[in-house]
Amino acid sequence: MKITSADALESIRREAAAALSVREKSNESASDLACGLDKGTPHMQILCCGGTGCKASESAKIVENFRTSLAQHGIDGKVEVLVPGCFGFCEKGPIVKIIPDNTFYTSVRPDDVEEIVTSHIIGGERVERLLYQDPGTGAHISDSKHMNFYRKQLRIALRNCGFIDPENILEYIARDGYKALADSLRRDSLEVLADVKASGLRGRGGAGFPTGVKWEIARKFDAPDKYVVCNADEGDPGAFMDRSIMEGDPNSVIEAMMICGYCINAHHGLIYIRAEYPLAVHRLQVAIAQAREYGLLGKDILGSGFDFDIEIRYGAGAFVCGEETALIHSMEGKRGEPTLKPPFPAEAGYMGRPTNVNNVETLANVPVILTKGPAWFASIGTEKSKGTKVFALAGKINNVGLIEVPMGTTLREIIYDIGGGVKGGKKFKAVQTGGPSGGCLTEKHLDIPIDYESLAAAGSMMGSGGMIVMDEDDCMVSVAKFFLEFTVDESCGKCTPCRIGNRRMLEILTRITEGRGTMEDLDKLENLAKVIKDTALCGLGQTSPNPVLSTLANFRDEYEEHVRDHVCRAHKCKALLTYSIDPVLCKGCSLCARNCPAEAIVGEVRKPFVINPEKCIRCGMCLSRCKFGAISVI
Amino acid sequence: MENMINLTIDNRPVSVPKGTTVLDAAAGIGINIPALCHIDLKGTCVKNSPASCRICVVEIEGRRNLAPSCATQCMEGMVVKTNSARVVRARKTVAELILSDHPNDCLTCPKCNDCELQKLVTRFNIREMPFKGEQSTRKKEVTAAITRNMDKCILCRRCESVCNNVQTVGVLGAVRRGFDTTIAPTFDKDFKDTDCTYCGQCVAVCPTGALTERDNTDRLLDDLCNPDKVVVAQPAPAVRVALGEEFGLEPGTIVTGKLATALRYLGFDYVFDTDFGADLTIMEEGAEILHRLKAFLGGDKSVKLPIMTSCCPAWVNFYEHNYPDLLEYPSSAKSPAQMFGAIAKTFWAQKMGIPREKLVVVSVMPCLAKKYECERDEFSVDGNPDVDYSISTRELARLIKRSNIDFRSLPDTDFDKPMGESSGAAAIFGATGGVMEAALRTVYEVYTGKTLPRLEFQDVRGLDGIKEATIDLAGFPLKVCVAHTLGNARILMDKLREGSLDYHVVEVMACPGGCIGGAGQPYHHGNVEILKARSRAIYREDEGKPIRKSHENPDIQKLYKDFLGEPLSERSEKLLHTRYFDKSIK
Repeated sequence: MKITSADALESIRREAAAALSVREKSNESASDLACGLDKGTPHMQILCCGGTGCKASESAKIVENFRTSLAQHGIDGKVEVLVPGCFGFCEKGPIVKIIPDNTFYTSVRPDDVEEIVTSHIIGGERVERLLYQDPGTGAHISDSKHMNFYRKQLRIALRNCGFIDPENILEYIARDGYKALADSLRRDSLEVLADVKASGLRGRGGAGFPTGVKWEIARKFDAPDKYVVCNADEGDPGAFMDRSIMEGDPNSVIEAMMICGYCINAHHGLIYIRAEYPLAVHRLQVAIAQAREYGLLGKDILGSGFDFDIEIRYGAGAFVCGEETALIHSMEGKRGEPTLKPPFPAEAGYMGRPTNVNNVETLANVPVILTKGPAWFASIGTEKSKGTKVFALAGKINNVGLIEVPMGTTLREIIYDIGGGVKGGKKFKAVQTGGPSGGCLTEKHLDIPIDYESLAAAGSMMGSGGMIVMDEDDCMVSVAKFFLEFTVDESCGKCTPCRIGNRRMLEILTRITEGRGTMEDLDKLENLAKVIKDTALCGLGQTSPNPVLSTLANFRDEYEEHVRDHVCRAHKCKALLTYSIDPVLCKGCSLCARNCPAEAIVGEVRKPFVINPEKCIRCGMCLSRCKFGAISVI
Repeated sequence: MENMINLTIDNRPVSVPKGTTVLDAAAGIGINIPALCHIDLKGTCVKNSPASCRICVVEIEGRRNLAPSCATQCMEGMVVKTNSARVVRARKTVAELILSDHPNDCLTCPKCNDCELQKLVTRFNIREMPFKGEQSTRKKEVTAAITRNMDKCILCRRCESVCNNVQTVGVLGAVRRGFDTTIAPTFDKDFKDTDCTYCGQCVAVCPTGALTERDNTDRLLDDLCNPDKVVVAQPAPAVRVALGEEFGLEPGTIVTGKLATALRYLGFDYVFDTDFGADLTIMEEGAEILHRLKAFLGGDKSVKLPIMTSCCPAWVNFYEHNYPDLLEYPSSAKSPAQMFGAIAKTFWAQKMGIPREKLVVVSVMPCLAKKYECERDEFSVDGNPDVDYSISTRELARLIKRSNIDFRSLPDTDFDKPMGESSGAAAIFGATGGVMEAALRTVYEVYTGKTLPRLEFQDVRGLDGIKEATIDLAGFPLKVCVAHTLGNARILMDKLREGSLDYHVVEVMACPGGCIGGAGQPYHHGNVEILKARSRAIYREDEGKPIRKSHENPDIQKLYKDFLGEPLSERSEKLLHTRYFDKSIK
């Protein structure tokens, strides 16, 4: 089974591509007409999302139901059920796609399966109610290409996610998989490296260091053992870019690691992945096993004389282990703590050997850069930020999901065009980019083209690609507190500013949200945040004050309201809420008093009741029970 | 010049060798950047530069963030500012943060006036605590030798570095994370349930009051005031070259005479000298060396070589915990302090007619492990220890101050007889290589029957971690090796286990520099010159002695004549030798 040459790989690719051609064609040029076995379609495919999100919504049961149903109808020979990775449109999951008419079913439930099989697969009639409905026009859209969510996207890193079967290496090969490797192995490694450098690709894990330069530095250090490490310790709250890539296209990561190994003269690859990603781990294991089986990993790869193999290392989910030195220490069996750079891992990394660490998304871009050429990649994006970026779009937005857009796309395009705007027609307030290391941007930032520099200039950062949209109901002090709680939890405890400073900031924020803050606290908070940024040891500590600094810069009035007026305009800070009963509207029914768990409401029946603010625990029970709208909260 | 780096620090040009840190480069031109977690006992392996406290930050032109000067190497053309407003403010804020998670009970802290954090607070002009918030509540424990009050820990990680990198004992490490981080043994175990050797080097480097000695001063005061007790003092060789530092004397000042006087003024009934025990150790250990050597040369294949010294109680703990399979290699000779105790409570007590239970033998030691050693079951008779307890050099200094004694103006007096007489060989026990040198002086003369042409064995002196020498013993090349710190001892022991340790005699001391760098000594705060000065004083003490070989000590000769018979006699074996136990944690 071993592929021993680039030519052999090419002939396997041709064979595999033929098998995949129906799906390719369906993706490119499906007609609006639905297909069905009764209409004479000879062969059909059902793609059922196997990403973690859809799995949580019973997509495994959907797959099982399809297989049972097809067998019962005796058509399992003509219809294939496949489980690709994430389609990205998680808001509407589980997603089921029908090939060859490219029908995109949304929010499918296990008991919808029979109807899809009988009416669509057999009868050739789409199940209208499961199609995506455009919120603007109300029209049903069957092909994802025509949905706003996908229209402005450009999927490079996610090119295979939701399309190929990630547990079948042949489908990866069919889409030019391992071609970049095969080509690279026939070229001088310096030339390959030059291509990566020329593409302008920068690290997608947060800091945005030029990937080619990083490789070049690692190449310079000579040692008997060198390592290529894939940083798959994705930790931003709500972010799942890397997980989706590993679940949907694990071979792209493997191929890129090998190319990197070839460029920097390393023969060992290590993937550091958090153990909480069982599906991604499984997909990687399968991919590695298949790559070995085909001789794409191991000795003398494709007859080139180049050896490379990959091992998976598991992390326990510490956020700080996404920092490359901490990650390396964790792999060495040490405490996951960062150390001062220099020395950079390129010089002294894993086991003291030269080590190159790249993030999953960064790596996923590499093979396609080499097959399509650095000029093609460099033509996408902005002057200093090339290519695309994957974002995990979340929060108060209509289309929650995973998106990939060219660098330079504006926040407005992402939020309103792709994201479908703020949920429930509420007013947009802020968008948090870069996770706990990033900042909150406002209305005035919506039109800046997203790239590393512009986000940093606006007081946020690219980070790994978390993007959380907030509306008028979000309290910005609470938002800053939420992110700070995260960094306080995730601080390794090594350096003083992060260990104690962040804790003190959190205590000040807590005081403010509880109405105990002072105006002096605001200055103290700001000064402390600046010192932490200036003095912390690693990226985690240096960026942890960003949510506080950016909200202070953009929403200082909200902080001041909390302190001066004891008011939280978003009604999120419980301690600042005052519940009261309008004596005119109150009918004296006593329902509120009977439901109050704190016995804070007193009164006589048929006369207005009163809330004792001393006893009130601000649970909101009275408000939800009152039938006359007599209770209000400020 | 090649490999020299030129940079500017606070507008002053400086040229330093490649690899120099900004902190060291600045110090070279008289700019003392404050540091806290950093310690570098240059010339030894004691070093900790995790760049974690962030006190030593400086501004480097062109860098976005402040840089820790202790771990940042100088680069050509670097422009450094150590005292800009930005730096001074940041540094003060970091110190204030540390204080916000510190008990700040300086008045009653054992480290008061010797605390590096306290010094920074004064230096930074901190007059209030701007950050108030939750404080860590961590473990407090009084072990056999060490007191831990981890609430005072500032997480500098020095103890962790020393325990792991220098001593390779591996007991201390960071546990939990973030604000909850603490330095502790695995699972927060008590020290007694770990491989801790009580070497106390964690205490020696701790900048605050988190790790201190177990204090025996009140206990000693009670005994000194008790008319029913006869209290005997025995100070160790290294104490007399360091005690003066506690009273403002230059490091390396020899205060032997003042020490004896101070002990008398404190109320000790008899002031003897552990040096007497050291001479006795050489007699016994020397005899053991000769015994094993002769057996070896006679073709006995079962003889265990190298023979290893056994004076250092932390080293004893180290091999009992880590090398239980090699317990037959170390000499069975007790430490000098324990030999002293055994003789004091038998021969001397009988001679003086003092009942054992009335006699209190107190050792004054540069060491904390000695406190543990006193508590070992095998060093007591019917529950009465040979050495009742031990106090450190620092504790003695505190007692002297507390007892209104103006140490610097004390007259010199001699130790009492007979257990106060000692040789120069005993004096050098306090420095690494000293026991080896002392043993060689006796072994050479006994073995060859000739007088040593030159008493000094320079090859075994100095701060190198592992030193070796070959001595011509009448044609037989005796190969010896000297190691200090347990990490270096581990290197030797691992070779021994492999069967590749090619020496006849090995000396090991657990502390850097030997007992002069012991954990009970005045704090060196990372200044290696202090250790060097103490070491030089030790050898000066030796040179000034009329007798410089243990076997020529007349009171030792008399002890053998009147009581012990000869080295390795039945009585010597019973009183002066011990055995070792497998203490590995299963």
